[in-house]
Amino acid sequence: MNTKKTVNHFIFVMLCGLIVLFLTPIFFIILNSFKGKLFISDDPFALPTAQTFAGLSNYTNGIEKTNFFAAFGWSLFITVFSVIAIILLTSMTAYYITRVKSKLTSAIYYMFAFSMIVPFQMVMFTMSKLANSLHLNNPWGMVILYVGFGSGLSVFMFSGFVKSIPIEIEEAAMIDGCTPLQTFFGVVMPILKPTAITVAILNAMWIWNDYLLPYLVIGVSTNYKTIPVVVQYLVGSYGAKDMGAMMALLVLAIIPIVIFYLACQKYIIEGVVAGAVKG
Amino acid sequence: MQKTLKKYFVIFTVPTLFAFCLAFIVPFAMGLYLSFCKFTTVTDATFIGLKNYFRAFEEPDFINATLFTVKFAVIAILSINVLSFLMALLLTRKIKGTNLFRTVFFMPNLIGGIILGYIWQSMINAILYDYGTTLVANAKFGYLGLIVLMNWQMIGYMMIIYIAGLQNVPTDLIEAAHIDGATSWQTLIKVKIPMVMPSISICLFLTLSNCFKLFDQNLALTAGAPSKKTAMMALDIYNTFYGRSGFEGVGQAKAVMFFLVVATIALTQLRFTRSKEVEQ
Repeated sequence: MNTKKTVNHFIFVMLCGLIVLFLTPIFFIILNSFKGKLFISDDPFALPTAQTFAGLSNYTNGIEKTNFFAAFGWSLFITVFSVIAIILLTSMTAYYITRVKSKLTSAIYYMFAFSMIVPFQMVMFTMSKLANSLHLNNPWGMVILYVGFGSGLSVFMFSGFVKSIPIEIEEAAMIDGCTPLQTFFGVVMPILKPTAITVAILNAMWIWNDYLLPYLVIGVSTNYKTIPVVVQYLVGSYGAKDMGAMMALLVLAIIPIVIFYLACQKYIIEGVVAGAVKG
Repeated sequence: MQKTLKKYFVIFTVPTLFAFCLAFIVPFAMGLYLSFCKFTTVTDATFIGLKNYFRAFEEPDFINATLFTVKFAVIAILSINVLSFLMALLLTRKIKGTNLFRTVFFMPNLIGGIILGYIWQSMINAILYDYGTTLVANAKFGYLGLIVLMNWQMIGYMMIIYIAGLQNVPTDLIEAAHIDGATSWQTLIKVKIPMVMPSISICLFLTLSNCFKLFDQNLALTAGAPSKKTAMMALDIYNTFYGRSGFEGVGQAKAVMFFLVVATIALTQLRFTRSKEVEQ
């Protein structure tokens, strides 16, 4: 038993080392975000000293140049409304195509499943042209597009779960005089809650971080830029000139994610596992 | 019940189907058709048959991007899966602090590709600065950088799936193996790995499709520099569409081939690993 204890101690120390390694990139940008931009390349791994310490000037710089808070707001707006719309609409669709058996509904199901393996580049050009000609180049248009792109995985996951709900419960509700809508929202939706959380987390994660879709549809010349778009915009064009603002912006960009992660860590990890097992 | 529900087709499915057609079905069909056309925007297309496909293969950049993607994907998929499986084995040994380790290792997965790419770009450049060189000076740096970055991002994610798989292995199976005199190595190879085959199958699928479709990280880390040597397929397609005019048709043809490659590999892999799964 004693050898097992020593081995476990050894593994514990090794894992601690790995944690340090894993967090190095994060510490690196935090550290350098407080240094004057001219000092960053001198000794990038050193702590800021009295000479190199720049206070919050990098942060004010980065925020000003990119209008970061507006970008944060639009990212939040698009993510929240897209996720709400996806949960509501795709759960209804999944319920319908699972419960009503016909050639049409199974064809719809296979189309949703098929869309999951198609890379974005396949539809990138035609989709952004179509979106522009329909004037979807605004946050509400983005919500519609995200419902379309998110529906494949979401319908697939909801259908998998609806199949496991005993149909007798719904039949009982119908006999008691519920309309299909009342049955769905009163009876089925509460049972679907765990799946809805999983679907919400998976979608929130990719929509919040998505770069190409908002970049192509909304572009950089409007006020609706999201966080990934402003990061690419600032760093891609000015990055070499102002390392300080870049570091500060990278730190700012990961703060919301870390807070969200620490707040609902349990749901995120469970959701990701559940999502992977069902997908 | 079906009969009453059937009448609600419009309310239950039409909003989703509308968005789905707009974002996916129509662009997909249009894209397929346009890959056989010469066009600069979607309304001025003229049919030219397979010409775009032939032109795509004449481009050394496209061939190079394809080879680079394959080289990157093979090494990244192997390293991510091996390392995350090892870490999952360590974290299922009932060591203190397991939850903290899990939390930290998983975190990079939540950070978006663009931001990840720039974090690593600045750090790798800082290291290379001491040697008087930069990330974009040599295609090897970009290649290794992408592999390290991808490992950093995906190890935690895969590890969590492997942990869930390992925790589902019935303990009586492992005990039985011990009583029969199996060493830990034999238990791992003969009992644990066959029992976690579903997790392996999922992790391979996820790493495979993520590595092949990689775009954001590639754009942020090197953007293909030096001279497009580190551009992967998705970035090459993007550059063909938006980098030069007159090549939209070629870009679309590349995109169709990219789709076929990704779909074929992913489905073959799923079929192969699913066939290795054992009944529990």
